[in-house]
Amino acid sequence: MSDSNVLMKPKRSRRKRKEAMWAYLFIAPVVIGLFLFYLMPALASFGLSFTSWNGINPPEFIGLDNLIRLVQTDSFIRSMVNTLVFTLVSVPLAVMLATGIAILLNQKIKGMIVYRTLYFLPVVTMPVAVGMVWKWLYNTDYGLLNYILGLLHLPQPAWLFNPNIALISVIVVYVWMTVGNNIILILAGLQGISETYYEAAEMDGASKLKQLFTITIPLLTPTLFFVFITGIISSLQVFDLIFIMIGDSHVLLEPLRTLVYGVYESGFEYSQMGYASAQAFLLFLMILLITIFQFAFQKKWVHYDG
Amino acid sequence: MNKKWLIHLVLIIGAVIMVTPFLWMVLTSLKSFGEAMQVPITIFPEEWLVENYLDVFASIDMMRYYFNTLMVTLGRTLGQLILCSLAAFAFARMDFPGKNVIFIVVLSVLMVPMQIILIPNYGILTSLGWIDTFYALIVPGMFSAFGVFLLRQFFLGIPKELDEAATIDGCSFFGIYWRIILPNATPGLIALGIFTVLASWNDFLWPLVMTNSEETRMLSVGIAAFQGQYSTDYPLLMASAVLSTIPMLIMFVLLQKHLVSGIALQGVRR
Repeated sequence: MSDSNVLMKPKRSRRKRKEAMWAYLFIAPVVIGLFLFYLMPALASFGLSFTSWNGINPPEFIGLDNLIRLVQTDSFIRSMVNTLVFTLVSVPLAVMLATGIAILLNQKIKGMIVYRTLYFLPVVTMPVAVGMVWKWLYNTDYGLLNYILGLLHLPQPAWLFNPNIALISVIVVYVWMTVGNNIILILAGLQGISETYYEAAEMDGASKLKQLFTITIPLLTPTLFFVFITGIISSLQVFDLIFIMIGDSHVLLEPLRTLVYGVYESGFEYSQMGYASAQAFLLFLMILLITIFQFAFQKKWVHYDG
Repeated sequence: MNKKWLIHLVLIIGAVIMVTPFLWMVLTSLKSFGEAMQVPITIFPEEWLVENYLDVFASIDMMRYYFNTLMVTLGRTLGQLILCSLAAFAFARMDFPGKNVIFIVVLSVLMVPMQIILIPNYGILTSLGWIDTFYALIVPGMFSAFGVFLLRQFFLGIPKELDEAATIDGCSFFGIYWRIILPNATPGLIALGIFTVLASWNDFLWPLVMTNSEETRMLSVGIAAFQGQYSTDYPLLMASAVLSTIPMLIMFVLLQKHLVSGIALQGVRR
């Protein structure tokens, strides 16, 4: 808007005031809600990390005691390692599988919608239910998986109750559960790549395989970057699946415990809210650091010029 | 191309892996307890025991869990659609002091993981007297920074000439929001709606922590508790899993197109 007409000014500023008033009214509920239930708690969580709050008595400041106790606790170290292994194995695996499947689905084949629907079903399924079903599939004696392996005369491991492979077994479930989400995102990325690149490559006589590595993959890297960032953030926070898989089993507790499981256990089973906040805060730091690292590292592999 | 059959072969193998757990869930849910615990296992039930589903309703208060989950889902979804769209409208179309700063503060919420707010929120909800009530389940879920961001992106894509014309016709700010912006942003509203429905229906950690009585129990917590009691009765457990997932599976199949475009839209979060 131009301000050449000076005479209009008082009227306009009244209108501006009215506009601002309405705008504040429109944003007020969300801003107050986000402040009360998200921002303030996030800050409070930082503060509570330095207290011995038990959820009932007023918090008592104990400095770095929670942190010192955490780094000396085997189960915390274990949860940290488990969470990192879980993320570093499951996310790349899910992204690789999803990229492969999305490239196949993008070949203008018949039944694409049917395939897409089937691959996506686990994504809309309640994680608690997914955990229950897979616990049953993995059952050592009566599970479908070991039944099939038995038919093929292969070894039938105790998928969940062998502490050495329990985490891997849950990773497989997580990949199964999230691959569909990645497929949708990558498929959208693939469909955004202009046909003209392929037409030019075709004229140069480049093979399909060469096109895949010189056009498709490089131009897909921004999408893959996004899939990695969001995938890693959510896998670092895995809880529902782990909670159901552990159930009331003491055997599975240590091999499967993750950071969020630790937050839940300390805070709501043992009422050590301060101690739990310290764990939650370390988890947040970990998410932040890994995300910052990914953004810093992206120049090495993400092409934005496509 | 005769390589097509190879592509189909790979995709079919993948599809079988994706679908088998669902089939196994349904098949087990129809077997007797004895048959499920039998070696060698049977693929199809000897007798299709549809009664298992009635047994679930008799063992746990499934109707109440459905009702509670539906209420929470509706409350959070309607709340987000109304409140986020109002705020998004102000951020996209109106001018006010502090707009950019407030918007950045809203966006900063996107970085806050759920677990970090869990414990302080338990304190806040306790002091509000909301623990174990529907307020605890619904109210905090009505505000979403992602929702504001997503809808703002949508609203920015609506031609400004539309609301300028309406302003000249004497339309109020609320009128522009209601009659111009909302009708032109239905894909965005649907995408946010489906996301919120899905997230609320499947939510687990929040209701697990914030409620403890039967009266406020949601499906996810209900069937998890069911697993705690009947840890080996797999036919009944599978029936409860089928019952709790079916509404979302139906919604997905019916609204697939919207869901897919909604997921692809997540890209704007970058």
